[in-house]
Amino acid sequence: MTTASRETGEKLRERIRHAISSQQQPTVTVLSSLLAVQDLLHYIPDEAVEEVAAFSKTSINEVWSVASFYTNFRFTPPGNVTLDVCWGPSCHLMGAQNVLKAVQDELGLNEEATTEDGTVTLRYSTCLGACANAPVVAVDHHMRGRVTPVSAAQIAASLRKAPPSH
Amino acid sequence: MASVYEELLERANARWAQLDKSDTPWIRVQGGTSGQAAGSDEVIAAVRSAVKTAGVTANVTSVSAIGLMYLEPIVDVKMPGAPRVLYGNVTPEFASEIVEKHVLSGQVITDKAFAYWGDRSSAPDGIPHIEDMPAFARQTRIVTRNFGTTDPHDLLHYVASGGYSALNRALHEQTPEGIVNEVKASGLRGRGGAAFPTGVKWSFLAPNKAPVKYVLCNCEEGDPGAFNDKGILENDPHTLVEGLIINGYATNSTHGYVFIRQGHEIPINATRKAIRDAYEAGLLGKNIMGSNFSFEMEVALTGDSYVAGEETALMEAIEGKRSTPRFKPPFPAAAGLWQKPTNINNVKTISYVPSIVSNSASWFKSTGTETSSGTAIVCLSGHIKRPGMYEIAMGMTVREVLEEIGGGVEGGNEIKALQTGGPLGGVLGAEAFDVQIDFDSMSKAGAILGSGGIIVGNEKTDVVDLIRNLIAFTQFESCGKCFPCRLGNTHMLEVLDRMCKNEGRAGDLQLIEKVGMNMKVGSLCGHGQLGFNPIASALKYFGDEFEERMSGSLAPAGSFDDGSMIMPTRTRP
Repeated sequence: MTTASRETGEKLRERIRHAISSQQQPTVTVLSSLLAVQDLLHYIPDEAVEEVAAFSKTSINEVWSVASFYTNFRFTPPGNVTLDVCWGPSCHLMGAQNVLKAVQDELGLNEEATTEDGTVTLRYSTCLGACANAPVVAVDHHMRGRVTPVSAAQIAASLRKAPPSH
Repeated sequence: MASVYEELLERANARWAQLDKSDTPWIRVQGGTSGQAAGSDEVIAAVRSAVKTAGVTANVTSVSAIGLMYLEPIVDVKMPGAPRVLYGNVTPEFASEIVEKHVLSGQVITDKAFAYWGDRSSAPDGIPHIEDMPAFARQTRIVTRNFGTTDPHDLLHYVASGGYSALNRALHEQTPEGIVNEVKASGLRGRGGAAFPTGVKWSFLAPNKAPVKYVLCNCEEGDPGAFNDKGILENDPHTLVEGLIINGYATNSTHGYVFIRQGHEIPINATRKAIRDAYEAGLLGKNIMGSNFSFEMEVALTGDSYVAGEETALMEAIEGKRSTPRFKPPFPAAAGLWQKPTNINNVKTISYVPSIVSNSASWFKSTGTETSSGTAIVCLSGHIKRPGMYEIAMGMTVREVLEEIGGGVEGGNEIKALQTGGPLGGVLGAEAFDVQIDFDSMSKAGAILGSGGIIVGNEKTDVVDLIRNLIAFTQFESCGKCFPCRLGNTHMLEVLDRMCKNEGRAGDLQLIEKVGMNMKVGSLCGHGQLGFNPIASALKYFGDEFEERMSGSLAPAGSFDDGSMIMPTRTRP
């Protein structure tokens, strides 16, 4: 669990319903609705699975099958910031494994997870799309390239002190 | 009464003249995903603040990235009446210096500028013309013609550089059949990997009389090492939007979707804005440019799933389901998205279309080789001096690209291995470097041109470790529908992982070969069918290295003493 208290109840459902019903693009689907919820809350609570099912006139099982398929969806609240570290082949050749190790050590993690203090969520990314400036990490989708184990650990350390961005 | 296009062009020319021909200095800062990674956000903020502090009048614009990513962040200064001067690897501190010296005092900082661009007769001393830089000179810029020059968020910039004239011409002077024939005659082939002739694909959809038909544009681009699809969307999204409208007109389709993976905010926002602006200008919607043709377009986002880039899986994702591939037949042209007739093309493929319509099929065919006309947009990364995104005429050799454009190996003495065409492509050794970059020559060499990604490894690269990395990717990304792919990738990864730890067993190489063959015949889509490709090509070029690894005489592979590799453990339920 993170320091952010987990919102529940009718107020949360209302926010979810609003996010689902105010999607801008003409084509609204189970997947687009889940993406809208994740944009809002940064995770998919059980309430969202139910609300998306009701909105899409489908079963909770169907929604759950979609949500569990795409690896960007998560089902517990993330930390205040998410740090993506790329482990794709370009970054791999440019030293991504040592970057990953340095970040893990800095955050006290040995896998994709959230730090104990709830500040930083570490994710491994298959490709962030800035391969020419490898190795790459991203802080809440903002790219930082040409990192070294030392500079990446510094970024990770600075994030633990950062206030919540969402 | 002036036509929609004429009015738009007039506004665009006025806007461009205001920036390019005025008495006000114009400072362009190149952005994009790669630029951001190199620090362009901080640089443009520094430029803006220095301009304010200095009290100077200057236009400051965030523009597209030219593709010379090794020089990012790039700042481009155009003083009134002078050619553009480009500075590379700009820090926020140096950005302030540029404003103080160059913009305020008109003094070019010669030792830090890498090129000038424009009239050669007024060349600043000691700086090469951009067309004399090999990384630029060896390119043939068709799709990337505006990169580095225009603001991707400004429709008028695109129109001022000739944009939407092809659509205007198509709608008012050409028939749908005429365009399909023109695209056929151009020899344009799909840039998504399969290299299927685009005009032929369109001709499957065009005659279908269904009232609702879709043209989809695939920018899933999950391939590590490839960033040219997202590159087009974030650097010149209107090229794609214009191409997709022409695609819709030529095939009598009603709706277009641009399919992008969530999380890539820069290309997503650029494309959404381009579509919005096109609607506002009357280039999308009902009776486009006063013609009888109506067409709707939107961006559809997918969650993270590599297989969503497979054409039928992509349709599942747009429908909001798990992106797993469908059985074929029926083929998309008969029953695709929501069972309606559908065409799917890659971003790059569609982005050539406006140029072909403007300049003719024979013009397009004059670039490239007999069977692969036009250009390839290659993405260089890894151990190369000049990583970046370069558009080259088909037919250049891999070695020419690596040496003349890429500037040769970085951090070592020689290039040992190349990973091309995405993780399902191949790994090539030095014997293959003289191969021509075109669809047929590349596949003969045991690789695919595919997405255009070329990842370079120097002589210190451990090929078995690189292969483990690629198979860890394909294992992680198997959608799980077909068990030969789901289990086969897991099995191959286990074997490679123990090989890297020097725990390989006798017969392991034969074992992964057998698993790979089962995946090839027992999987529904390319993810499983091609899953053994990287290993097969690596065995072809680096068989000795696998044997040596199996002999146990080497230190464990990878970055750590125990031969382990950090990789995700999630699997799809």
